[in-house]
Amino acid sequence: MKLVTAIVKPFKLDDVREALSEIGVSGITVTEVKGFGRQKGHTELYRGAEYVVDFLPKVKIEAAVGADQVDQVIEAISGAAQTGKIGDGKIFVTTIDQVIRIRTGETGTEAL
Amino acid sequence: MENNIFELQYAMDTFYFLVCGALVMWMAAGFSMLEAGLVRSKNTTEILTKNVALFAVSCIMYMVMGYAIMYGGSYFLNGIEGGETLVADALKDMAGREDGFGGGAVYSSASDFFFQVVFVATAMSIVSGAVAERMKLWAFLLFAVVMTGFIYPMEGNWTWGGGSVFGLYSLADYGFSDFAGSGIVHMAGAAAALAGVLLLGARKGKYGPNGEVRAIPGANLPLATLGTFILWMGWFGFNGGSVLKLGDIANANSVAMVFLNTNAAAAGGLVAALILARALFGKADLTMALNGALAGLVAITAEPSTPTALEATLIGAVGGLIVVFSITMLDKMKIDDPVGAISVHGVVGFWGLMAVPLTNSGTTFIGQLIGAGTIFAWVFVASFIVWMVIKMIMGIRISEEEEYEGADLAECGMEAYPEFTKG
Repeated sequence: MKLVTAIVKPFKLDDVREALSEIGVSGITVTEVKGFGRQKGHTELYRGAEYVVDFLPKVKIEAAVGADQVDQVIEAISGAAQTGKIGDGKIFVTTIDQVIRIRTGETGTEAL
Repeated sequence: MENNIFELQYAMDTFYFLVCGALVMWMAAGFSMLEAGLVRSKNTTEILTKNVALFAVSCIMYMVMGYAIMYGGSYFLNGIEGGETLVADALKDMAGREDGFGGGAVYSSASDFFFQVVFVATAMSIVSGAVAERMKLWAFLLFAVVMTGFIYPMEGNWTWGGGSVFGLYSLADYGFSDFAGSGIVHMAGAAAALAGVLLLGARKGKYGPNGEVRAIPGANLPLATLGTFILWMGWFGFNGGSVLKLGDIANANSVAMVFLNTNAAAAGGLVAALILARALFGKADLTMALNGALAGLVAITAEPSTPTALEATLIGAVGGLIVVFSITMLDKMKIDDPVGAISVHGVVGFWGLMAVPLTNSGTTFIGQLIGAGTIFAWVFVASFIVWMVIKMIMGIRISEEEEYEGADLAECGMEAYPEFTKG
């Protein structure tokens, strides 16, 4: 079992959600986050003076999926979230030791 | 029959005065919203407290002594309600007048006080914005007591009150004219604000270690926009009421021109500031556009009755251009004014006074200059001394830690938006 964590541009959230639904991912967790990568922040103007926005708003999407589905999920997210411009985000894949569905007590892949 | 018409005229002019006064009172709401929108959310409760408190303090101080200093009469407005022979005296006075029905204004003395007192509050409101986010609440209110009870009424006496400046000279002799108070109200408020800001210093973080100007964006631009519209509306009472009379054709026409020109100047100021900000900064800066509208209003306030509609629009537009340059210049001079009050009311107020001779042949640039100089010098110096004394007694600035936490918690113990998470 793998946890796929993707940081994407906020306006791409709906596209990513649809793409994941299409390939049968049954649940995701979404968090509004802020941060910076290679894009760094950007400067804005207010009353003629510049100010730096260090942390840009992004959306973090987390999906726990079976190991066999990981490549498909990565492909779906990459395809939906890509604009080709700087700041498109990243995808991290980590291994999950255990999953438990609280309602039934099911564990492992059955709980996904 | 003639007496009935006189009574009706008296009633109409009094009614007009009162309604205009109520409109100007509403400008206090405009200033509150404008300032609440242009400060950071951690200073919202405190700026609102300052605004409601300064309004109340102004009303009390002007009642206690301000009105008496400015226009004569007794302290605490003793006798303003009129004696038992009020009606008979007024009718006799009007019937005996040679200019008859179309002559000078006739209205209740109490309505005059009501109309004047809201102007004092307006002048004081200008100060609160400039010193926002860092001044102590009680130091500010102490200053408000002196400003509205003494400093403003003194210069008001020299101008609208017709008194002489410390017995030395009289502004009326120089033909000084300030219709509704570009200088007497707006520039005076800005002069007091400038003195305060110079002693207070800039907000922490406004200027970088190498002197670079950093922007501190306001928390709520919808509120700032609402505040501007409220001020725009209240200004019809501010300028319109300053005609002092509605009850005959000539004056009704003058009132209509004043309303029209006031509106035209605001429009001109807004468009000019919006375009200039776009040209200078590459983006349509809303806060500059809002300041532009207010600059247009301040510019036309010194003489809204004689310009044509086109001239009024242009006078307002020049105000809109001046305000954008002035705000960026004051920023570079490290005079930190979060809402642009010194530029809008002070610099453009001066322009308003200087624009009077362009359309009013009864005035001269020299006369206007002497008047502007007198008002500015008096208010600035007197305010500076008062701020200085308050600074020595109790301090005027909150501590660095309190400033970081926000004046809301430091001074009022409550946040404006306690249920929002910190962004």
